[in-house]
Amino acid sequence: MDFIKNFPFFSIIICLVSGVLTSVLKKKAARYLTYTALFVLFVLSSLVLFYTIQTGDYYVYRMGHYFAPWGNEIRIGVLEGIFAVFFCIVMLLSIVAGEKHIDEDVESTKINLYYTLICLMMSSLLALTYTNDLFTAYVFIEINTITAACLVSVSGTGRSLYASTKYMIMSLLGSGLVLIGITLLYDVTGHLLLSNIHDSVETIMATGEYAAPMTIIIALITIGLSIKSALFPFHSWLPDAHTASTISSSAILSGLVLKGYIIVLIKFFYRSIGWENVLKTGINDVIFVFGIMAMIVASLFAIVQKDIKRMVAYSSVAQIGYIFMGLGIGNEIGVIAAIFQIFAHGVTKSMIFISIRGFKDVSEHSTRFDGIKGAALRNKVSGVAFAAGAFSMVGIPFLPGFVSKLNFAAAAGDFGGTKMIIILVALAFSTILNCIYFFNALITLYTPVVMSEEEKAKRSVKSGALYIVTVVCFILVNVFVGTFSAQILDLIESGLKMFS
Amino acid sequence: MLEFLSGLNDKPFEAVAIILFGIGFTTLFLHPNLIKKIMGLNIMDTAVYLFLAAKGFIYGRKAPIVVDGVTSMEAYINPIPSGLVLTGIVVSVSVTAVMLALTVRLYRRYHTLDIDEILKIIRKEGN
Repeated sequence: MDFIKNFPFFSIIICLVSGVLTSVLKKKAARYLTYTALFVLFVLSSLVLFYTIQTGDYYVYRMGHYFAPWGNEIRIGVLEGIFAVFFCIVMLLSIVAGEKHIDEDVESTKINLYYTLICLMMSSLLALTYTNDLFTAYVFIEINTITAACLVSVSGTGRSLYASTKYMIMSLLGSGLVLIGITLLYDVTGHLLLSNIHDSVETIMATGEYAAPMTIIIALITIGLSIKSALFPFHSWLPDAHTASTISSSAILSGLVLKGYIIVLIKFFYRSIGWENVLKTGINDVIFVFGIMAMIVASLFAIVQKDIKRMVAYSSVAQIGYIFMGLGIGNEIGVIAAIFQIFAHGVTKSMIFISIRGFKDVSEHSTRFDGIKGAALRNKVSGVAFAAGAFSMVGIPFLPGFVSKLNFAAAAGDFGGTKMIIILVALAFSTILNCIYFFNALITLYTPVVMSEEEKAKRSVKSGALYIVTVVCFILVNVFVGTFSAQILDLIESGLKMFS
Repeated sequence: MLEFLSGLNDKPFEAVAIILFGIGFTTLFLHPNLIKKIMGLNIMDTAVYLFLAAKGFIYGRKAPIVVDGVTSMEAYINPIPSGLVLTGIVVSVSVTAVMLALTVRLYRRYHTLDIDEILKIIRKEGN
């Protein structure tokens, strides 16, 4: 049983090794190696999650021969376990479902390199989740950025290159701020391991020394990571990046990459600074305001879009706003709701992107609203998946979006005061806006169009059995997260206790 | 304010590092030319390394390599910042490489390095 302790380390190594192997393999071999690796990761991560639930406590795994603070370590609790399982499921389903479009969009000699990127991204996401060291986190943040930018530019069109460059520039601004923040924090505390930093920060805060530098450090790292996870005023790169990339990349970017940085941020808040100290600096109020603004403004932007991918991308910005709003409330229920929203949005948004792939197939590769009219009638499975995703985003029971909205409202009620009123109004307003654009999209998708025989033949492309299977899996995962939300919330709560 | 300035006088390297960081950050953020943006990125990263190196260095001490049998901690500087600088350099080199590769491809396609100009051309093409 104790052997399971090694699995998180194995998962990261498996990803890195298969990343190297896929770069020299042929297309098919690379593809199946990646699928196998991700499946193995899923099994390993599930076992790790099972183990941590059984023992009911976190454990620290030493990397190399030296104990901390000289050596490096990873730390695994229930929350890390759930994150890893979630990453594996969404990643695997997203790339299997977008297989055909990867073949079409990527140059045929370079398809294996796409899988290299996927493996590297997976390893960086897992490392970000497991690591207990701030500088390791920085290195893997950069690996994540590079792979994500390459995933955007992979189709090689002018638009995707531009989007990728813009993404890189914004991301690099973010990582510059994170890096200087980490440097300052190291100067003040003298440590890089999160738990050791926490001890130093507690003593510093108790003496009242370095109050201004600590506020600046927390602000720098928070702003840096929120640029990378597209919080509202810094979101400008996201719609371009999501629209220009191939479908699998969009699903992964929206479902996973943005979430990786938020996990680092939560870890930074909880484990290294301490949630109480963060609340003292008032940074949470700042991200609360930006989160609320994101919920409203991004939804307004989404309404006026003429391209369904762009609309869904703006919806992502709004949903990221929900997560930051939850973190910003400042009570524990808010943080739990935000973490649940990470899962809810991850599984729902990647399902929506995957369903757009089906519409693209039957609409001569258009994703504009005038092109995809009636697409849900031509591709029924995608139609059902998109409808399920839309219902989840709007907040229909039994789907994950409903549960997260409910939790945010509960957190607001628990907190009380003006914040409660602001949250409830923003939630209501944002739900109405969600309804407007998602139902608008649904109506367009389900409007029958009269087509000539020739057009009909062109537009009745079969999506393939594998695609249908993955879409059904996605719907099942969504219903699972929505129905068993109480159990998942319990796990998150117990995970959060051992997280700090 | 005066106190703050005299504080800067005590720590010239850190002060320069922060000024350089500002210059690099602004260039990366605001300059339309892609090559200058990459230069800004490098200035920004290098400024952080200067800051780290300055923080790790203590006047009158040596690099922590034991050659003449002196094992007292007082004789050497803290090696960790130097290690971090090395790691950081590797990261910034790879990021620069990716940015340069993207710039080359954009230049081949649009024959300009101005990112606003590129956006205009993309909008005109309209797809």
